[in-house]
Amino acid sequence: MKILVCVKQVPDTNEVKIDPVKGTLIREGVPSILNPDDANALEAALAIKDNDPNVKVSVLTMGPPQACEMLRECLSMGADDAYLLSDRAFGGADTWSTSNTLAAGIRKIGEVDIIFAGRQAIDGDTAQVGPQTAQRLDIPVVTYVQHVEVIGNKVVVQRQMEDGYELIEVSTPCLLTAVKELNEPRFMSIYNIVDACSKEITIWGHEDIKLSPENCGLKASPTQVFRSFTPPTKGKGEMLNGTAAEMSKNLVSKLKGLHVI
Amino acid sequence: MSVRVIVEKCKGCSICVKCCPFSAIDMENKIAVIGDACTGCGVCVDECPFDAIEKTEDHVKKDLSEYKGVWVFAEQREGKLMPVVIELLGEAKKLAAEIGTDVSAVVCGDEVDALTHELFAYGADKVYQAVHPELKNYRTDAYTKVIEEAINRYKPEIILLGATHIGRDLGPCLAVRCDTGLTADCTKLEIDPDDKKIRQTRPAFGGNLMATIICPNHRPQMSTVRPGVMDKAEYVAGREGVAIRLDVNFKEDEIRTKIIKIVKEAGELASLTDAEFIVSGGLGLGNPEGFELLKKLADKLGGTIGSSRACVDSGWIDHSYQVGQTGTTVKPKIYFACGISGAIQHLAGMQSSDYIIAINKNENAPIFEVADYGIVGDLYEVIPAILEEL
Repeated sequence: MKILVCVKQVPDTNEVKIDPVKGTLIREGVPSILNPDDANALEAALAIKDNDPNVKVSVLTMGPPQACEMLRECLSMGADDAYLLSDRAFGGADTWSTSNTLAAGIRKIGEVDIIFAGRQAIDGDTAQVGPQTAQRLDIPVVTYVQHVEVIGNKVVVQRQMEDGYELIEVSTPCLLTAVKELNEPRFMSIYNIVDACSKEITIWGHEDIKLSPENCGLKASPTQVFRSFTPPTKGKGEMLNGTAAEMSKNLVSKLKGLHVI
Repeated sequence: MSVRVIVEKCKGCSICVKCCPFSAIDMENKIAVIGDACTGCGVCVDECPFDAIEKTEDHVKKDLSEYKGVWVFAEQREGKLMPVVIELLGEAKKLAAEIGTDVSAVVCGDEVDALTHELFAYGADKVYQAVHPELKNYRTDAYTKVIEEAINRYKPEIILLGATHIGRDLGPCLAVRCDTGLTADCTKLEIDPDDKKIRQTRPAFGGNLMATIICPNHRPQMSTVRPGVMDKAEYVAGREGVAIRLDVNFKEDEIRTKIIKIVKEAGELASLTDAEFIVSGGLGLGNPEGFELLKKLADKLGGTIGSSRACVDSGWIDHSYQVGQTGTTVKPKIYFACGISGAIQHLAGMQSSDYIIAINKNENAPIFEVADYGIVGDLYEVIPAILEEL
């Protein structure tokens, strides 16, 4: 069985801070990490491989050359090989373009039984690239997967809903997007780190995956950023003073005065 | 749209390199160079003190005039409309009035007559009905096929979907099938007064940045909208509209997933979006049992408890209670933030509450920056004292 995991290198948005004077993002010193949901996607693939040595796990990403660092991390967790789609023409892509490029890369890789992806990346939070890649490959998709069981050429998954889950059966090939409840991603192992250093990462540009520059990147993106800005803050209100009892009394009388309680 | 460096004006100060949210700018020979990662967001255009970076417009024009009307995906579960549908209808009505067009709802199910009347009452002028036993519960392939066919036939200019676990699955699939763009999790929608195109504003970078997205040359323009953000449409009993039945046919094996069963778990989520009073806790509670005290205050007010992401990540409380960018967006009358420091991703989910009350030991906690009333103190002393006063 062949499993492909789509991953993305993202800035750790928990570490992003706002310059209080200029109101802009401070990117300096913000580490790049393997997107958290994608780590769950990779773990799901590796867990299947743990139980069946015939399973091969490949990882695929689109990004700048620096994304190789993240792919080495994936190899060090136990992936067998890694592919990087990197080309100036791929830059500035929205989800339409990204899914088009990933699908072209997957076609070049060849037949795979299961494609895992993270539900969403923490820099964009769109959750669109997974299902859109599946549409382009014309394979079934299940998003928000919180449990996976492979039974022959069928996969039974729990799809997380707001108020519970759906138990869904789907045939391979299929694409599944992982949520963090799916598993606990493993750490890199020393054995695999040594192994990962000697592995070659396959790097393809637009010609390798037979995609014209008009069909990828910013040029092909239907959506465009019109403007971006830091969210306006509500503005500081009143700090109450005194003992806990005094402040509480003051608060409750103010709220009553406003007729909100 | 993209950005361009005007080489003659660039002084090599590298302010743009530091301000770029996507690390897309490098300095080469003391001149800024825009790299692959550029999304054309324009932050650098505003930041450059020398006006050395400008936006360039693309000039691709297609005939988009065939596309008319605002559509709302009327998501139903177990024969009931999701609350977000009523919010979408309220928003669609405003957008349609500005464009000068009408509002339609698309509803899929095995029995939709009662829902159709409800949709008319909430302001839909037309309801497109897809009725088939296979459409009783949402499945990606079935819903995508039916709605894609309807879009291709009736050509709406705007489609709004709720950013639910279903809308965020259906929307991306429809967008690729219809070869158009989709903007996820919008918190604000506006019509450009000049060209009547939609401007979609959404949080990115975990709520650190807001981006306004346009979809100028493709139709329909599609958005998923966060539940709990838009105002609900007004219910007018007896309001009528036009029902249009869609042709629905499925070939064998065309729907490639099978639902074995649907399992319901603790369903507090609906009460979180609808709650008028929310008492939320963060790591400052010190232990999971702290939520019991918050529950007492919530119960007294007739509200519910909520949580920061940190508590969910620590396993103190279920994800369904999480308020914030990756949790639920709420706008209660009063939001109590107890022992919550106020990370931006949390603020993104509760900033539009009518009144925010912050209780925190640390007087420098960012939560106080958005609080209407701030109390510096031990929540285990303050909350019992508030309970005493109520």
